[in-house]
Amino acid sequence: MLGFAVRRIALALAVALAVSAASFILLRLSGDVATAIAGEGARAEDIAFVRKAYGLDRPLVVQYAEWLSNTLRGDFGTSLYFKTEVIGLVADKLPVTLVLGLASILFALAVSLPLGILAALHPNTWIDRLCLALAVLGQALPNFFFALCLILLFSITLRWLPVSGTGTWQHFVMPTLALGYYVAPAFMRLVRAGMIETLAADYVRTARASGLSPASVVFKHALRNALIPVVALAAVQLGFLLGGSIVVETIFALDGLGYLAYQSITYKDFPTTQAVVLLLSVVYIFLTLAADLVNAWLDPRLRVA
Amino acid sequence: MSKFRPAGAAALALFAAFALSAPAEAAKRDNSLRFAYDQVPENVDPYFNNVRIGVIIGQHVWDTLIYRDPKTNEYKGQLATAWRWTNDKTLEVDLRQGIKFHNGEEFDADDVVYTLNFVSDPANKSVTQQNVNWIAKAEKLEKYKVRINLKRTFPAAIEYLAGPIAIHPNEYYTKVGPKGMNEKPVGTGPYRVVEHVPGKHLRLERNPDYFKASPKPQPTIAKVDIRFIPDRQTQVAEMLSGGLDFIMNVAPDQAAQMKAVPNLAVMSGETMRIVFLQMASSEKTPVAAFRDARVRKAINHAIDRQAMVKNLVGEGARVLNTVCFPSQFGCTDEGATVYPYDPAKAKSLLAEAGLAGGFDVDLYSYRERNQAEAMVGYLRAVGIRANLRFLQYAAFRDQLRGGTAAFAHQTWGSFSVNDVSASTPVFFKFEDDDVTRDAEVRDLLEKGDGSVDPAARKAAYREALAKIAERAYTVPLYSLTTFYVMANELAFTAYPDELPRFWETRWK
Repeated sequence: MLGFAVRRIALALAVALAVSAASFILLRLSGDVATAIAGEGARAEDIAFVRKAYGLDRPLVVQYAEWLSNTLRGDFGTSLYFKTEVIGLVADKLPVTLVLGLASILFALAVSLPLGILAALHPNTWIDRLCLALAVLGQALPNFFFALCLILLFSITLRWLPVSGTGTWQHFVMPTLALGYYVAPAFMRLVRAGMIETLAADYVRTARASGLSPASVVFKHALRNALIPVVALAAVQLGFLLGGSIVVETIFALDGLGYLAYQSITYKDFPTTQAVVLLLSVVYIFLTLAADLVNAWLDPRLRVA
Repeated sequence: MSKFRPAGAAALALFAAFALSAPAEAAKRDNSLRFAYDQVPENVDPYFNNVRIGVIIGQHVWDTLIYRDPKTNEYKGQLATAWRWTNDKTLEVDLRQGIKFHNGEEFDADDVVYTLNFVSDPANKSVTQQNVNWIAKAEKLEKYKVRINLKRTFPAAIEYLAGPIAIHPNEYYTKVGPKGMNEKPVGTGPYRVVEHVPGKHLRLERNPDYFKASPKPQPTIAKVDIRFIPDRQTQVAEMLSGGLDFIMNVAPDQAAQMKAVPNLAVMSGETMRIVFLQMASSEKTPVAAFRDARVRKAINHAIDRQAMVKNLVGEGARVLNTVCFPSQFGCTDEGATVYPYDPAKAKSLLAEAGLAGGFDVDLYSYRERNQAEAMVGYLRAVGIRANLRFLQYAAFRDQLRGGTAAFAHQTWGSFSVNDVSASTPVFFKFEDDDVTRDAEVRDLLEKGDGSVDPAARKAAYREALAKIAERAYTVPLYSLTTFYVMANELAFTAYPDELPRFWETRWK
């Protein structure tokens, strides 16, 4: 078990390193950083000055190695755009993204679990079709368009919710709906499939035959097994939501990590991009690892591995 | 955020249909104004950002030595009371007395000297080097008198002193530096910053002690809340829901739809940003056809600039015949050859040049893609098989400066500097963006840039602009417009420098 854990952690570190190297290279391939920082109208000497001042005239490998060495010592550097410590910037923005990610995953589960169970209890009926339609709609609607529809309804027509910002809990309602609805269908399909499979299992039939109430059969016996893959997916989706909220944060002007990532890419602020990418990849890897452990806890058969 | 545009445009149509009113009443009641912009300044210190919102904030929080009246373009004293050239490279400035910074620090020569010497020293890493790199050194002569020594003859210095060169309080700036200035900005301007949350918002409050002699009118609006909202659709939604009172840079199609919304007013205003096609005709050009003036003239005749202004650019734009903005000192089209839209003539000029069958060329562009696409259409109609290569600005400029690109859909905003030295010479004085390299034109521009005699400058620029037009080195196209959307109870005036002046804006 210890050897397994060590191997997993080593693999996770290798993945994080590969992600940081890939983002470093991709950012540089998208255009000259010094030109972007110098802005429109900068002359060649201005650009050369910026290149030297920010150490961008050194070979890429040297720049990457320096960044990596500093990062390992906990120094994420200074933002080229905001001229402030990257670690402080990330720490400022992280709470907004965490709140949004957690609220979205809770909303997605709150919607998808009842719908998935309902669809599984009435397979191939109009109820199942309706649940499926809702799921298809959630995945087919681009979340930026859904976000604009929400704004139209709740902010412009009904005037119930503020359009953008982070001042109150009301500011998080529409972003949560927009982001959560996008991931809910995956949960719903998984719950439905899992429930149909477990409801047909021998032990469930036995539970029914022994006279247990339908609610007890569904929630106590069937749902627990059907939830195993949902837990794994929830952890992965939380990672996706934390890193994938760029569009939603941008539309609702939520000053979170996603918006910071968008800004840092736009302004070629590579120390910030690197830090955000590294943080999100580490979170994603950690959540995947946590999902495996929770799965093993829920299903004793998996503990053997 | 162009990727959101198609769906966003559809949503906007719905927004406009559903929006019943935009209640700006609350803002009007407490005499405040809520404004949003899509870009975030990296630092609100005017010397440490190069985005438009930085200029807007800079002009509200800080003052400059000289002020250019946007209505008459006349220079007036702001922190200065008088100025004079003692020779071609030395300017003496008398300063106004009795002015205080927002933190109570008294304004005097020490502030001017410290600011100018600090920002013009490359070691201090000001990101707007082009605004200050003409300053050699500033010296204190008396408590309210300074001397500014220039590195070279630079008559546009007055324009720069009236634009981007804000004056900082020396004691505070020495203590906090650009980083502290960003966190807690201090100037002498008509508004003081009461809160700055980087990346989110900046709250301004009217400066109750703003000096009465300032040529900037005393502000009437008590509070200005500047929010940074990256997505333009969201800004529009905020306007429709009454969450904002003013936005700018609204796309023409959106602006047209918002005209139908009650309680909102849409205003279009010409900007100083000019648009032109650059054709590399120097010896190193990768497109040999551009060496032939007949080909360049054919391209000039091929594009219907009037139709583009009417159908694509929008109200307020005007067709240009020279590569500068008409209000800039020295900019004129007097004596410049004008090439009317005449596709038949374009074809015959191409035939004369031995290119009756046309030729292939890549047109590089980085903004207003729809306009670039329209030009591709016009060029194809006369047989020039243009292919659009749409790039990010940094890549676009790299290709052009590196000699890979020969044909560019170029735009230039002159940093809102109202002097031709900030526009035409950038593209014709053998500097990085000069893809023509005509020594005669360069010498005339040098003459214009190198004299402090207004008449001599005007004559030199006129001749240079006429030669550029006669030799068809570029296709001057038009000025761009910007659209402002605001609560219709707001009395606002737009100027070509795209600088909303909230100190002269008021609720009706």
